[in-house]
Amino acid sequence: MDNKKEIKKDSLFLKAIPYFDKYGILILLLIMIIALHIMQPEVFLSWRNITNVFKQISWQSMLALGVFIVIVTAGIDLSVGSILMLSLMVLAITSKAGAAWYVVILIPIVMGALCGMVNGLGITILRMPHPFIMTLGTLYIFRGTGNLISGGVPISGFTDEVRILGNGRIDLTWLGLEKSQYLPVSVILIIVVFFLMWVFLNHTRTGKWIYAIGGNPNAARAAGINVNKILVIVYSLCGLLAGFGALILAGRTDSGYPNAGLNAELDAIAACIIGGVFYFIFKLFPIDNNLVFMISGLVVITIRLLAVKFKIALPSIYKKLI
Amino acid sequence: MLSSKKTILEAKGISKYFGTITALENVNLSVQEGECLGVVGDNGAGKTTLMKVLSGLYKPSKGELYFNGNKEVLESPRDSQNLGLEMVYQDLALAGNLPIGENIFLGREPTKNLGFLKFLDYKKIKEMSEAHLDKLKIHVKSADQKVEELSGGQRQAIAIARATAFNSKLVIMDEPTAALAIKEVGKVLDLINGLKKIGVSVIIISHRMDDIFAVCDRVTALFQGTNFAEAELSKTSRDEVIGWIMGKK
Repeated sequence: MDNKKEIKKDSLFLKAIPYFDKYGILILLLIMIIALHIMQPEVFLSWRNITNVFKQISWQSMLALGVFIVIVTAGIDLSVGSILMLSLMVLAITSKAGAAWYVVILIPIVMGALCGMVNGLGITILRMPHPFIMTLGTLYIFRGTGNLISGGVPISGFTDEVRILGNGRIDLTWLGLEKSQYLPVSVILIIVVFFLMWVFLNHTRTGKWIYAIGGNPNAARAAGINVNKILVIVYSLCGLLAGFGALILAGRTDSGYPNAGLNAELDAIAACIIGGVFYFIFKLFPIDNNLVFMISGLVVITIRLLAVKFKIALPSIYKKLI
Repeated sequence: MLSSKKTILEAKGISKYFGTITALENVNLSVQEGECLGVVGDNGAGKTTLMKVLSGLYKPSKGELYFNGNKEVLESPRDSQNLGLEMVYQDLALAGNLPIGENIFLGREPTKNLGFLKFLDYKKIKEMSEAHLDKLKIHVKSADQKVEELSGGQRQAIAIARATAFNSKLVIMDEPTAALAIKEVGKVLDLINGLKKIGVSVIIISHRMDDIFAVCDRVTALFQGTNFAEAELSKTSRDEVIGWIMGKK
C-alpha cells in the first residue's frame, strides 16, 4: 500500500516537470517581483515604477523581437544595437535639418531596414560562413558610421510628433485614476507589434517558411523555397525593428546620443534565450508561446536593471541565471 | 512490352563537373510510365548527383533533359515539381520542428490571400494531408504531430507522402531503406509497390539488393560517373548486379 503511494507521488512530480519547463520563466518572474516588492514596498509596485519598466523595455523589446526572428532561422544578429544607434543618429540629423515630422519618423525605420538588408545580403550573396561574422563586422561598421555622420556628439530636441511613440501618455483620469497614473503609449505599441509579429510568424506562408529554414534549411531549399530571399527578408525585418526601436528611444530620451544601444544586442539575445527560443531549438518548447515568454524574459532583464538602480544586491543565484 | 509505354523522363548525355572533378560523364537514363527503375553503383559513382540533376537542384554541365518528350531546362526544384517530378532525399529533407501536415505541404501551402499577404489555411492543410495519408495507407496519430517525434520509417513514409501529394508522375528516392529497421523496410517497399499501382513511376537508388529485387522492373548501374550496364530485372541476377557495382561484367 505504502509503496503504491510513493509511486503515485513520483509520477505526479514527473508530470509536473513539463510545466516547469513551460512556465518556469513566469514563476521566476513572480518570485523576483515578490522579492523586490518585499525589499522596496514603497517603490517597486508603484504605478510610476511599473510604467517605467514598460517604457524601458519598449525599445529593447523591438530589438529582442528582431533578434528572435533571426534566431528562429538558426542565425544571430549582433549588430542590432548599432543599427539602433545609426538610425537614431540619422533621425536626429534629419530632425535638426528641419525636415517634416513624418519624414523624421519614417527615416530611422527605412535606415534600419537598409542596414538589416546589408546584413542579409552579406550573409547570402557574399556567403559569409556564419551570420555571427557578418553581423560582428557590421556591429562596428554601423556604430562607426553613426559616429562619423554625427561627429560623435549628442544631438537633442525633437518635435512632439516624433516623441509620441516613446513618450506619449494616454490619460486615464476618465477611469477615476489620478493624473500621474497614465498609460504609456509604448505599452500599447509593444502589444500591437508583438501581436502583428505573432500573426506574421504563425499564420502567413512566409512566417512558416522562416520556421522551416530554422528547422532544416535543406528541406526548405528542396521544397522550392528561396532560402536566400527569405533570409534577406528576415535580416531586413530585424533591422527595421531596430530602427523602430530607435524611434521609440528618440521619443523617450529626446536625444540622439553616441552611446545609444551600446551592448543592447546582448540584452536582446539574453531576452530571447531566457524567453525560450533556444528551448525551441533544443526541441522542448511549443512554438506559439515563445513571443509571450520572450516578453517575460525582457521584463526579467529590466527588473534586474532596476534592481541595480535601487542598489539592491540580488541573491547570486539570479545573477547566474541572468 | 516496355516500348509500348510512354517515356516520362529521358536524360541524354548528362555530364556534371565540380571544378576539376568529374562527377558524371555522358550519362543516359530513361523511365517509362508506371515503371520502377533501380539505380545502383558504388559510393561516389554519381547516383545522387544524377538524381539532383534530374530534380533541378544541380544544373548539368552538359546534356539535355526531356519530360514527356519535351526538352526542359530546370532552374530549381520548383520547376521539376511543376513537371510532376518529386524527389525524396537521403536525409529526407523534412523540417523536424514542423507538424506532419505542414511538412507535406511545405513550399506549396494552401493559403487564403488578403492582398499580398498569404495567410495559411491550417484547416485545409490538416484535412488534405489526412486524406492523402489515408490514401497511401500511412498511419500516424495525427497530422499535427511534429516530424521529429516520428520513427525513421514513419519519417520516410511522410517524405514519400510529401513527394506524392501533388499528382506527381515520377518520384525519385535516394536510399529510402537505409537506416531503417527490417519491419519498416517492408512498409516502405509496400508503399513503393502501391505507387506503381496508381501509375506513378519510381526511380530508386539503393545498395540493398533485396529492395531492388522486391520492387524494380529494370536496373541500371553507374560506375565512376558513367553508364556501366542495364537490364530488365527478369533477365539478370543478384550476383550479376553486384558485379556491376564492383565494376565487373
